[in-house]
Amino acid sequence: MAVVMLFQFLHAEMVAELGARDTDPGPGGQKRSLSVLEGTGFRAGQALGDRLPRDTPAFREELDVLKFCKDLWVAVFQKQMDGLCTNHQGTYVLQDNSVPLLIPTALGLQYLEDAPKFLAFTCGLLRGTLRTLGFQSLVTSSVATLPACKFQVVVRKSG
Amino acid sequence: MSRQANRGTESKKMSSELFTLTYGALVTQLCKDYENDEDVNKQLDKMGYNIGVRLIEDFLARSNVGRCHDFRETADVIAKVAFKMYLGITPSITNWSPAGDEFSLILENNPLVDFVELPDNHSSLIYSNLLCGVLRGALEMVQMAVEAKFVQDTLKGDGVTEIRMRFIRRIEDNLPAGEE
Repeated sequence: MAVVMLFQFLHAEMVAELGARDTDPGPGGQKRSLSVLEGTGFRAGQALGDRLPRDTPAFREELDVLKFCKDLWVAVFQKQMDGLCTNHQGTYVLQDNSVPLLIPTALGLQYLEDAPKFLAFTCGLLRGTLRTLGFQSLVTSSVATLPACKFQVVVRKSG
Repeated sequence: MSRQANRGTESKKMSSELFTLTYGALVTQLCKDYENDEDVNKQLDKMGYNIGVRLIEDFLARSNVGRCHDFRETADVIAKVAFKMYLGITPSITNWSPAGDEFSLILENNPLVDFVELPDNHSSLIYSNLLCGVLRGALEMVQMAVEAKFVQDTLKGDGVTEIRMRFIRRIEDNLPAGEE
């Protein structure tokens, strides 16, 4: 879908621009870039959460958070998530086996260390959307083998 | 079933909103990073340019349009095919210069600015300036040097949003030295 492509291009350019903020090659520099990208995603996610259809069921049971993430993935990225699981105690692991949307396919294995930059925005997006729906969460990502990646969402009901 | 159809529309809407909201978050971040609006405008233009030079390939692959023979054809393709494809709108083309090297794209509504209000201290910000960069970058890849700029903006109180496009020159292919 063309509009998803537009997002993909914008996202890649954002990573290139915002992700290069600190010239400090050490871990400090990377951390700041990740934080900026995550923060941008969070802001977008909050606004996205505000625009969700009003008939989205309120989350009373854990199972709904899982369904919500699944639906969000389809709605926003136009594809199914490849794996979803939970420990039923507030932790959810979302797996996507092909995120060409987020990570350029040209990114070979040797650039694995750059992968977090490409996932930071989406972590923030998830965190922001959940926040608008009343959930505090911590979202982290991990990449074992490109192009598969995992998002870990730890949810705390805020009230 | 209508439920399925609703979900499809809802989903398409959310995808467009993802782009719009991401863009909004980006502009907000750039406003934090740069002291003044002019710098943000430049940054948006530069980022747009970088996107445009890659977007053109995607566009050509999806749309199958052939080579445009003149600037008028280019204008048509931009408004009726490209804008429609990526932003879901069809701007109208008006105000052709007598020489045929300038025209305006009129956007009745600009999807980028849904729910956006410019705060008072950002009156020089050209919020959608990314679009100008995209147009410039994309057209450069098809051998056209152009200038694109906003001359009216609904965010600033104008009735419509107007992008003025000016053809500068054709870019000739330059073979690297040493090649035939």
